[in-house]
Amino acid sequence: MIKWWKILAALLIFYTLVWGMLGSVPRLNILHETIRNVYYHVPIWFAMLFLMGYSVVHAVKYLSGNNFTSDIISDQAAQTGLFFAVPGLLTGSMWAKFTWGTWWTFQDPKLNGVAIAVLIYLAYFILRSSIDDELKRARISAVYNIFAFVMMFVFIMILPRLTDSLHPGNGGNPAFGKYDLDSNMRLVFYPAVIGWVLLSLWILDIKKRMALLAHIQNEN
Amino acid sequence: MATQLLSSLVKKEFVLEFRQKSTLAGILVYIVATVFISALCFKKIIHPMVWNALFWTIFMFIAVNVSGKSFIQETKGRGLYNYLNYSPRQFILSKIFYNMILMVVLSLLTFFFYSWFVGSMVQDLGMFLLTLLFSSSAFSGVLSLMSAIASKANNNISLMAILSFPVLMPLLLVSVKVSKHAIDGLDWSVSYKYLIILVMLNFVVVALATLLFNYLWKE
Repeated sequence: MIKWWKILAALLIFYTLVWGMLGSVPRLNILHETIRNVYYHVPIWFAMLFLMGYSVVHAVKYLSGNNFTSDIISDQAAQTGLFFAVPGLLTGSMWAKFTWGTWWTFQDPKLNGVAIAVLIYLAYFILRSSIDDELKRARISAVYNIFAFVMMFVFIMILPRLTDSLHPGNGGNPAFGKYDLDSNMRLVFYPAVIGWVLLSLWILDIKKRMALLAHIQNEN
Repeated sequence: MATQLLSSLVKKEFVLEFRQKSTLAGILVYIVATVFISALCFKKIIHPMVWNALFWTIFMFIAVNVSGKSFIQETKGRGLYNYLNYSPRQFILSKIFYNMILMVVLSLLTFFFYSWFVGSMVQDLGMFLLTLLFSSSAFSGVLSLMSAIASKANNNISLMAILSFPVLMPLLLVSVKVSKHAIDGLDWSVSYKYLIILVMLNFVVVALATLLFNYLWKE
């Protein structure tokens, strides 16, 4: 059975892919046509952050309720989130090449934050794979997940606001702030965010069902 | 009563540490050798940025190595004894306090040897020492919990590094920033907000560690 929100996700993403290229955008210095990246890059990161948050919520749920399904969801959400980091990094890197003239810079707190986030979740998976006992694994990785998420949150949300950054939205660089994003862009940007988040939920739903089936099969 | 138990637990850690003098001496040798090697390799450091980066890299490795051992001694039998006699909060707080004291002393020692062998570039010593104090206490909070996690996962020492490096990063970057200000002798008004962040991070880290250790503790 296909649920309505899956169709909505496909329609929204298709609409933003097409209209993101065809719609009119404001002509800004340096950015020019690359501003269209806002439609792809930013919603993908939103989807990733959403999934990481989803993963932490289920880690907390596991610790408070000891329901094994929560652990499976938490693990799968982190995996899917890390998967979304790849297109997020690629679109960002491509955009940076055309505006900043470089694929990657270590000067920028937001870019470093992303690198740290990827490292944290890789460490999370290594931790999971190094514990054999299922219940123990669930408990310990939930603890690490919560702790690491808070530190990542500090890194991504708080530190960039204290230091200057080249990244749009910081230090007077144009971005999708209230002055730069005109009403035409909003018509594409908001549907794009909803579409990508729904798509991430869709992928998560499939992965979760697969993992649950594998778990049931292992038990019997 | 609770504070008495806590202080006795911290005391126990010290007694255990001093009974095994070889580990303490090992840490000292580790510090001196690391600093000496970097002094030999770099010969002379002219750039304050390099000085700063090298110092914090050395300190981070020392911190991870030292506090990675905090839960290694906790055998199964001793764990059961602790479980029956203490609450998890007391237990992790005792580990954090012990690690804090150890880490502050070790950071000062590292700074001492580093200034001796490589030469000191710090202009505002008070600010630098304050940064060292706050960041080493926050380090010990993070690393105590991480070593508890690593100890549950078969005490793998490389796992300790993998788990703690990315989590330490926000702390480390703030510390590097403030200590750079201290090296350049900038005015306190420039760096006080970073010091506040360090103090806040201390609270966040210790609160989270005490909260989460509850769930690690039960077998």
